[in-house]
Amino acid sequence: MFDYLKYIREWNFPHIWCSGCGDGIVLKALIRAMDKLKVSRDEAVMVSGIGCSSRTPGYIDINTLHTTHGRALAFATGVKHAKPELKVIVVTGDGDCTAIGGNHFIHAARRNIDMTVLLYNNYIYGMTGGQCSPTTPKGYKASTAQYGNIEPPFNTSGLAIAAGASFVARTDVYHVQQCEKMISLALQRKGFSLVEILTPCPTAFGRRNRMSDPVVMMEWLRDNAVSGRKWENLSAQEREGKIQTGVLIDVEKPEFTAEYGKLMEKVGVQK
Amino acid sequence: MKKVIMGNHAVSYGVRASEAKVISAYPITPQTHVVELLSEMCANGEIDAKFIKVESEHSAMAACVGAAAAGSRTFTATSSQGLLLMHEMLHWAVGARLPIVLANINRAVGPPWSIWTDQNDSLSQRDVGWLQIYCESNQETQDTIPQAFKVAEELQMPVMIVMDAFFLSHTFEIVDILEAQEVRKFLPPYHPDIKIDINDPHSFGNLASPEHYMELRYMIQEAMEKAVGLIKKVDGEFQKQFGRGYGLIHPYRCADAEIILVTSGTVASTARAVIDEMRDEGVKIGALKVRVFRPFPFEEIFEVLSRAKKVAVIDRNISFGGHGIFFQEIKSALYGRTDVPILGYIAGLGGRDITPGVIRQIAEQAITDKNPHRYINWIGVKT
Repeated sequence: MFDYLKYIREWNFPHIWCSGCGDGIVLKALIRAMDKLKVSRDEAVMVSGIGCSSRTPGYIDINTLHTTHGRALAFATGVKHAKPELKVIVVTGDGDCTAIGGNHFIHAARRNIDMTVLLYNNYIYGMTGGQCSPTTPKGYKASTAQYGNIEPPFNTSGLAIAAGASFVARTDVYHVQQCEKMISLALQRKGFSLVEILTPCPTAFGRRNRMSDPVVMMEWLRDNAVSGRKWENLSAQEREGKIQTGVLIDVEKPEFTAEYGKLMEKVGVQK
Repeated sequence: MKKVIMGNHAVSYGVRASEAKVISAYPITPQTHVVELLSEMCANGEIDAKFIKVESEHSAMAACVGAAAAGSRTFTATSSQGLLLMHEMLHWAVGARLPIVLANINRAVGPPWSIWTDQNDSLSQRDVGWLQIYCESNQETQDTIPQAFKVAEELQMPVMIVMDAFFLSHTFEIVDILEAQEVRKFLPPYHPDIKIDINDPHSFGNLASPEHYMELRYMIQEAMEKAVGLIKKVDGEFQKQFGRGYGLIHPYRCADAEIILVTSGTVASTARAVIDEMRDEGVKIGALKVRVFRPFPFEEIFEVLSRAKKVAVIDRNISFGGHGIFFQEIKSALYGRTDVPILGYIAGLGGRDITPGVIRQIAEQAITDKNPHRYINWIGVKT
């Protein structure tokens, strides 16, 4: 059996995540991916912002930086720029990354700075009790949209691709093997690598939207997250209401810290 | 009608009764209930206001600035990091002379992360030019909202209402609920002389040369000085209509007190209980609650404290490298006018409870302390 404990800060348990939350599934998938890739714990840095997702660094025994709401990518940019040899993993959520931190998100992707971003998308501000976020689907209910949300949601992965990220994948916590694989691929890429992970929040999102049973939310992911060839074979009509998962873009592009190094070399700055 | 409600909802009911027209906010613990209830009230028509969901506190205050400039009665609520993120816009609201009302739930600032109460978030906004009123009960909090709008609109200055996280925000108390119909007599609808209006165009936020900038700053200070009397007057009018008033400060058994404890927020209620106990034991002690922090009621405080033989200030905050922040203000209120010793006590940071026992410890320590210059005493720090 896989030994998770060597990566876990046991003293910080029990964790704060609710029953039926998918965040722990992501944590375990990340640990397995890191273990298989033999990522050194001393060289890995996890940076997070605020929200349920951002509690992840409390539980994993690597270098961790729990920062302010929305700013994880700005802090992470500082870490990576100062020490490009470090493996920087950013853990964030839909509210943290696409609302208050939206500016940092598009600019980190545009620079294509080398870091792996795990964006837990639960469609809601879970920690503060279920307010509408930029990914809450239209018509769905939230504590600040009691009669249904009227705003169109972000296509978060699409936003990262458009901004210039070199690797973007979408996955979910029901398809846990795919989840691990996408994290693993992202960890191996040089550049801004985003993995958008759909994860259920039965407490704050499901409860208001007739999915208070965690199993129902998991079944929803099972039935609606469609990857790879299966997605290719769906007609436009069949794609309605479904979500494409898997690798969405995987290209080679100049990476920010490497380009910076090259520039320094060109202008003759000795390191 | 009386209801048992939490402190956060007391704020919401105060805003409902004040008939705010635009509300914009971003979620943050422990404030969230304030705007959740308001968003529900907006959605179900209980209040005729527009609720703007935004992507950060900075945007929330920016939206309030826009709405207030357009001539609307505007409200927001936040806490801690959220207030700090608003900082730039807080300055803007003052400079633009916009009567926005903000409820801040006092929460400690990170790192390390804390969701529990202390006053460093609001007190670090001391110099931006917002009026600041610290409340100690749910009733007072609700009642202070229409008072704040009235003062704000008359002065064209923004007002911050401050309350303790959890000890007040999440505590349920009986509140006599204000109804808009009644409050309208006290606080008529807001019609500013100058607003964004296509029929009467103005330029907002333009460049001011050194020829003009200083005069505009002078006028802000002038408004602040005027605020002292105005808050008192508005509180009196409120008391006349609703039977409840709160004052700039609240002295308790201070008239013949040899030692006076100075407090703010929920600690004030706890302190009064301790004062009663110690009075029963024959100690001549009183308590002074400072309700209005900006403008600081220097004269009123001098009147009360200059009669004592010793003053002990309890601060749930600290100006690093200086002293407790209320302590500093109290000291400047008394400076050069009396030689009553003022002792400072730092307690309850990051939500550590200030129990009657803690207050008694401070009182006893202050009574026996022979050193009149002990400006900073840390209470309960584990070493």
